[in-house]
Amino acid sequence: MIKLAPQLINLFATLILMLSFAMISQRRVVSLINLFTIQGAALVAASVLLGYVTNQPDLYVSAALTLVLKVVFIPWMLHRVIRKLNVRWDVDTLINIPTTMLVGIALVIFSFSLALPISRLSTSMAGGSLGIALACVLLAFLMMITRSKAVPQVIGFLSMENGLIFAATTVTNGMPMIVEFGIALDVLVGVLILGVFMFQIREKFDSLDIHNLETLKED
Amino acid sequence: MSWLGLLSQLMAIVMALVMAPLLSGWVNQWRARLQNKSAPGLLQPYRVLHKLFNKESVLAEHASALFRMVPYIVFGCMLLASAIIPTLSTDLPLSPAADAIALVGLFALARVFISLAAMDVGTAFGSLGARREMLVGFLAEPALLMVLFCASMISRSTSLTTIVETLAHRELAIYPSLLVAGVAFAMVSLAENARVPVDNPDTHLELTMIHEAMILEYSGRHLALLEWAASLKLFAYSCIGLALFFPWGVAEANAPLALLLALPVLIIKLAIGGVFLALIETLSAKMRIFRVPEFLGTAFLLAVIGLLVNILLGVG
Amino acid sequence: MSTLFFVLGFPLLGGAVLALVGHRPYARDINVAFSLGTFVAACVLTAEIIADGPILVWHDQFFIDPLNVFMVTLTAFVGMTTAIFSRPYMRIEQDHGKMTPPRMRLYHSMYQLFSFTMLLGFTTNNLGILWVAMEAATLSTVLLVSVYRTAASLEAAWKYFILCGVGIAQALFGTVLLYMAAEKVLGPHGATLLWTNLDAIKGQLDPSIITLAFAFLLIGYGTKVGMVPLHSWLPDAHAEGPTPVSAVLSGLLLNVAMYALLRCKVLTDGALQNQLAGQLMMGFGLLSVVVATFFISRQKDVKRMFSYSSIEHMGLITFAFGMGGPVANFAGLLHMTVHSLIKSAIFFAVGHATQKAGTQVMSEIRGLIKVNPTIGWGLILGVMAILGMPPFGVFASEFLILTTAMREQPWAAPFLFVSLGVAFASMMIRVLPMVFGETTLKPLAHPPALVPVFVHLGLGLVLGLYIPPYLNAWYVEAARMLGG
Repeated sequence: MIKLAPQLINLFATLILMLSFAMISQRRVVSLINLFTIQGAALVAASVLLGYVTNQPDLYVSAALTLVLKVVFIPWMLHRVIRKLNVRWDVDTLINIPTTMLVGIALVIFSFSLALPISRLSTSMAGGSLGIALACVLLAFLMMITRSKAVPQVIGFLSMENGLIFAATTVTNGMPMIVEFGIALDVLVGVLILGVFMFQIREKFDSLDIHNLETLKED
Repeated sequence: MSWLGLLSQLMAIVMALVMAPLLSGWVNQWRARLQNKSAPGLLQPYRVLHKLFNKESVLAEHASALFRMVPYIVFGCMLLASAIIPTLSTDLPLSPAADAIALVGLFALARVFISLAAMDVGTAFGSLGARREMLVGFLAEPALLMVLFCASMISRSTSLTTIVETLAHRELAIYPSLLVAGVAFAMVSLAENARVPVDNPDTHLELTMIHEAMILEYSGRHLALLEWAASLKLFAYSCIGLALFFPWGVAEANAPLALLLALPVLIIKLAIGGVFLALIETLSAKMRIFRVPEFLGTAFLLAVIGLLVNILLGVG
Repeated sequence: MSTLFFVLGFPLLGGAVLALVGHRPYARDINVAFSLGTFVAACVLTAEIIADGPILVWHDQFFIDPLNVFMVTLTAFVGMTTAIFSRPYMRIEQDHGKMTPPRMRLYHSMYQLFSFTMLLGFTTNNLGILWVAMEAATLSTVLLVSVYRTAASLEAAWKYFILCGVGIAQALFGTVLLYMAAEKVLGPHGATLLWTNLDAIKGQLDPSIITLAFAFLLIGYGTKVGMVPLHSWLPDAHAEGPTPVSAVLSGLLLNVAMYALLRCKVLTDGALQNQLAGQLMMGFGLLSVVVATFFISRQKDVKRMFSYSSIEHMGLITFAFGMGGPVANFAGLLHMTVHSLIKSAIFFAVGHATQKAGTQVMSEIRGLIKVNPTIGWGLILGVMAILGMPPFGVFASEFLILTTAMREQPWAAPFLFVSLGVAFASMMIRVLPMVFGETTLKPLAHPPALVPVFVHLGLGLVLGLYIPPYLNAWYVEAARMLGG
């Protein structure tokens, strides 16, 4: 089992990447949230495994934080927001899905090539995942800028945080505990604020379409 | 060419011929059961084949020689494909020809001929089916190639037997790229075998059929051969999937006892795979034709990601 | 030490208290009181640093040295004067019906929490906590930007949150990479992210990792500084919230982001031993100056125009720090100080002006000097100061930056001259009619608080003419530390 650990972690990394890719080709908001939840679960599993193998209890705490925040609380909150705001099923995109996926592949290639020389220098056993983590971050970023509704943008933002935590976990065996707590606190507050926001936007515009929020332009 | 190898090759061919309709019947049974309908019986495809072989074959007035030859060509391609995939043993006399690219080429050959035959008679349905088939094939072939390349990278060879040997007989290793390639392969085989969500094998509605539209004009023994070829194609794809992603149980060269074991193992694996296929078919809705390129595009890009992950993790 | 405890504790406590009583009439005075307490504590801290030199506090988690202690005092000072300004301003807003009691509570408590996060960002030694503080500073002001609940303010707050969130996530990635590089030298534990430790071993950090890390940190913190092309949140966010919020965002938050960038630049220069960090900063700084000037010339809304002016000045500061060297660093630090003072003064005056006129569109505001001479004079003096007229402080720092640029980076000097000239012309054309000219405005119900405006302008004037010796010593010391 221990012998297989680096490969298992790479397996989780690939799963996370596949989920990020699946998220940018998704049309329905509910499945987006479910994919995000699975991604969080994979992240938790990877942290636990890494903590077990490298004997660092800090990673267990980090995994617990991620579990409570990203697998339980935030998806619950998002489902609630969707129910209350009566969000429609279909997601509008700025560029169509095949083009989005092609751009996604280009981003994956870019991040892999960027990370390849560096991952050789990592001291952690899962250093190869740096490229995958960077790819996940960039794919989430792509999702944020190609969606025109509020909820997918929020999910893209959270997925980006997932990728960053994954990078921190695998490349450096986790950040110092106090930093992890700070980051988790920021994410929590951020999501709460976003929740409040979406209600405000909905109240003002009767819709969560971001196109309503594009009037402040340069004239 | 050892006699054992010859024997395993013959066994593979005979088994493919015999088991392919059984596999189709198994999948149909499970599909019916999952949808709460009464199942048609496991041996139904055999009965259909028997009935068709004993019927007279009716040809259109304008049908050319190509139209008559295509069922044999297609059947031959599928049979050859099933023969070169290492299902029971990796010691096959035909293994030098068992290259991943050659395999894709065989499927392409069959696709070209059946499309030509569909257009041969000049009916509207034929051309419709041929065009759609070409659309699906145009996108599915690169995806399949990428999946095979993903596995080839790990074993450093495109020969199918080498791939199986590497994956089955090396010590246990988890290749993350195979996870991604597996999903891509599942999507491609759904498309290529005319299954829901790409094409409904039961339907004869103009709006929805692809494969059925092409063989609409055939009857009698020609239709029997084409139906058998379709089940052989499903069998071949399932065996490719098993060979790439679940290769344990395939006999190596010079292991006659393993050969005996390989057959039951294969049957069990195919049975499980058949149930999964029926499950996927039941849980998905058929997608509109213009979404099929997106679907296959996703499969292609997933396979490319598998390749990239291989490069990143320094495999192969 | 206990002084730092007070510096950080006052705003935190203030945030908690005002969350409960922020809607009462006396809440505004409580706000001022807490800010005053923070300022006094900051002054005491500064005196201690001048006397004793840099200190490490509480298990090395906090580090006060010449670079950040004056920023702390500046932040506390501007925070206090803005709190004084916001007393009558928010009262008028409440009378106009734009602020309800729950929103006042939110406003006051977030104001104090915002001060806390900024001071935490300045004083922490841990680069990870610096990131957390930057993100927290953004979060605490997001809801403030949208507090008026208009369509435009919702849009501004959303853009602010998303764009800054995305940007700062890149900074987190940069921090992770930095930690990765540091871990190889210092080992994997909490002390590895302490800036003092990193500064000591910066020569041993792996160059390829640090290059990538700095790229991400530049993108991340650069977004918060308002660097072009990541600046599109800034004009909206600074223009749409209540004016005190605009003042602190323009005057203070940009400085915190700049400070974070500077700390990272010092490490990068030590690790790479080449000019890459400086060149990147120069390039983006120059780009910001040019692009911001272009946009200034097309503005119709007064607060947006001054927000673009903030982008321009931060670009100038980035350019100065990118050039490096004792003179340019000195100029950059001086510019940061006077820009904070004068920009917030301008926003104070503009705030009252827009309140009087009921609109932020410049063509509709006229003749301020007739209605209320103090507002009019405050505005015109402030604009002249920010545009670099002598004898104000901005002139001194811009002079130093431009002369250094002419000497060391002659290709950039023409761009800077032209941009500053165009900005001067565009802003004057718009502000002069606002101040002079005929008007139909009525006086305000409550006397505006204009003491802060003139205090800031006075300080800006003083710094232009004469820099006190300890301040001078600070600038020189910090400039030396920044190297280059």
